[in-house]
Amino acid sequence: MQNSGRFGKYGGQYVSETLMSALVELETAYATLRKDRRFVHDLAAFQKDYAGRATPLTFCPNASRELGCKIYLKREDLVHGGSHKLNNTLGQALLARHMGKKRLIAETGAGQHGVATAIVGAALGMPVEVYMGEVDTKRQALNVFRMELMGAKVIPVTSGTRTLKDAINEALRDWVTNVRDTYYLIGSVVGPHPYPLMVRDFQSVIGRETRRQVMKREGRLPDTVVACVGGGSNAMGIFYPFVKDNVELVGVEAGGEGIETGNHSATLCAGEAGVLHGTLSYLLQDGDGQVLPTHSISAGLDYPGVGPEHAMLKDSGRVNYTAANDPDVLSAFRFLSEKEGIIPALESAHAVAWVMKNAGRFDRDDIVVINLSGRGDKDVAEIAGLPGVGS
Amino acid sequence: MRRIDAAFAGRKRPAFIGFTVAGDPDRDTSIRAAMALIEAGTDILELGVPFSDPVADGPTIQKADERALAAGATVDMVFEIVREIRKRSEVPIVFLAYYNMVYHRGIDRFYREAREAGVDGILIADMPVEESDEVYKAALRHYIDPIFLITQTTSSERIQKIAARSRGYLYLVAVLGVTGVRDTVSAEALDLVKRVRKFTEVPLALGFGISKPAQATTCAGAGADGVIVGSAIVDIIEKNFKDPDKMDQDLRTFVASMKKAL
Repeated sequence: MQNSGRFGKYGGQYVSETLMSALVELETAYATLRKDRRFVHDLAAFQKDYAGRATPLTFCPNASRELGCKIYLKREDLVHGGSHKLNNTLGQALLARHMGKKRLIAETGAGQHGVATAIVGAALGMPVEVYMGEVDTKRQALNVFRMELMGAKVIPVTSGTRTLKDAINEALRDWVTNVRDTYYLIGSVVGPHPYPLMVRDFQSVIGRETRRQVMKREGRLPDTVVACVGGGSNAMGIFYPFVKDNVELVGVEAGGEGIETGNHSATLCAGEAGVLHGTLSYLLQDGDGQVLPTHSISAGLDYPGVGPEHAMLKDSGRVNYTAANDPDVLSAFRFLSEKEGIIPALESAHAVAWVMKNAGRFDRDDIVVINLSGRGDKDVAEIAGLPGVGS
Repeated sequence: MRRIDAAFAGRKRPAFIGFTVAGDPDRDTSIRAAMALIEAGTDILELGVPFSDPVADGPTIQKADERALAAGATVDMVFEIVREIRKRSEVPIVFLAYYNMVYHRGIDRFYREAREAGVDGILIADMPVEESDEVYKAALRHYIDPIFLITQTTSSERIQKIAARSRGYLYLVAVLGVTGVRDTVSAEALDLVKRVRKFTEVPLALGFGISKPAQATTCAGAGADGVIVGSAIVDIIEKNFKDPDKMDQDLRTFVASMKKAL
C-alpha cells in the first residue's frame, strides 16, 4: 500500500482512523491550492501588507566585531505578531477557509503559534480555540492575554506533563471529535503528512528571502546558517532553500540543564526513532517506548519530538544538529540585547548561543546567518524572575 | 480454530467484549479485574497496553494508563499479565496498543512475544491500513489476528481495504471522538454496521461510548456481532480499586447486566 509523505524512512500518517478522511481531504486541497494562482497571490498579498514581509536581513556590526565573523540576523522577530509563526498560520488559515472549515484549533507552547493563529482567526473572521499546557499558560501569561484579546479561547491542558506535547494530544482529541467542520492548524513541521511538508513550504519564504538578501548584500551565499530547533519549523523554513548548496546548516536544540542530566529537549541529539503525534521521527523516549518529559528554559522548544524532515537531514549528515544549554542561552539573550538592541526570543537565543560558543571556528570574512525566529518581549517577565538576574 | 473465530462461531447473540488497561491500578489487581470480567461471561478480553500519550482515548482511559505506568507497568509486565490470565482461561485476548510501543520493541519481536504469551489479536489505535504493511506481515507470521478500526468518516473504498486486511473482528467506532461513556448510540453508528456488512463477512463489533444495557440491546438490534465496553469498566476499577472485593463484585454485576441485555 501507499506510503504517504515520507522523508527517507521518516514521516507517514500514524493517526486514528477517524482522522484519515480529514488528512486525505487536506492533502488533496493543498495539492490543488499550492499551484492555484489566486491562492498564491492572496497569500503573497497577506505576507506583504499584513505580516510585513519581506523581513530585513540585519547586519550586526557590534556582535560581528566581538565574535570575529560577519553576523547577520534574519529578522523574523519583526513579522506581525513577533515571530515566524504567522508565515504558516496565514497559509493554513487561507487553506482552511478555502476548504469551507468553520473553526480553527491549534496547540501552542510558548504561545507564539497560538498568537499567530488568533491573529489569522481575527483577520479572517474564524473562531479560534488554542490548547496550551497549564505550565505554559503560567510562564507565558502575556501571550495568553494577547490571544484572548484577539478573541481566541485558550484552553489550559492539565493532562500529562501539561506542556506542548499534551496540548497537541488535546488538540488531536478535539479534532477527532469535531473533524467535519474543524481545521487543525498545526504550528510546526510535525504531525502526520501533509503537515510537515505544508508547514515547511509556508515557512520556506524565510530561506528564499535570506538567499536573495545575502546575495544582494554580499554577492555570495552564506558560509553558515543557524537556527533553533524545537519542532523545527523556523529551521526548516530557513534551511530548505539552502539544502542543495554548499552552505553549512546548524540546528540548535534545547540542551536545558545539559544532555547528561536528562533534563533537556534535545530530540535529535539524544533521541531515537519513534512515533508520536502521527509521524515517525526522532523521539525522546525510555527503554519501553514511553515518551519522556522534557525540559527547556524556552517553552517553545519544550517538545520530545521533532519534524521528520529534520530526522532525515540528521541521518544523511546534511545538517549538523547540536544543543545549547540554559545558562549559555541566557548569556546570548543578554548579549544580543546589549550589543545590538535586539531582544531575541529565548528559543532564537539558542541559535545565538551556538554562534557565541563556536565563534573561534569562523574567520573574519565568514558569513553567518542566524534565524532570529522571534522577539523576546514575551520572555522578559519570566527571565526577570530568575534568581540572580534582576538587579 | 483460532480463539477469536471460535468466540464468534455459531453465536445467536452478540459477543460481549470487555476492555481493561493491563496493569491498572497495579499488576495483581489488574489480573483480578480481568478474571472477574472473564468469569462473569466476557467473551473476548481486550487489554490496553499503557502508553504515555494515548491520543485516541478520553480522560477515563488516560487516567488508567497513568495509574498503570505510575505503578511500574512495562511491556514485559503486560506480557506477564497475559500469561497469568492464560493459566486460568482460554478466553480470546486482544491487545489495544499505540504504535510506538510496538515499533520501539521491534515489530516482529512484539508480535512473537505477544503470541508466545497467549495474545490472539492486536489493534494499534494509531495505525491506519495504509501504514500497516509491516505489522500486517508480522501478524500473519505469528498467527495474531490483525484488527482495525472503521469509523463514520471511513470511505467505502477504505472500508474495503481495511476489511481485506482484517481477521477476528472489525472494530466499528460508534462515535466521532475519543473513548468515553456516552448516553446513547447514534443512528449513524447503527448505519455503520449496515454499511460495513455489505463488504465483509468478518464479525463486526461496535465500541466507543457504550456503557449501558439499553445501548447494548440497541447495538444487537442493529445487527452487530459484538459490543465493546471499555471506559465503563475502567470507571468501576477506578472507583473501587482500594476495595478489591467490591471492585470484583461490581465488575461481575456489570458484565452480567450487559450480557443479559444482548
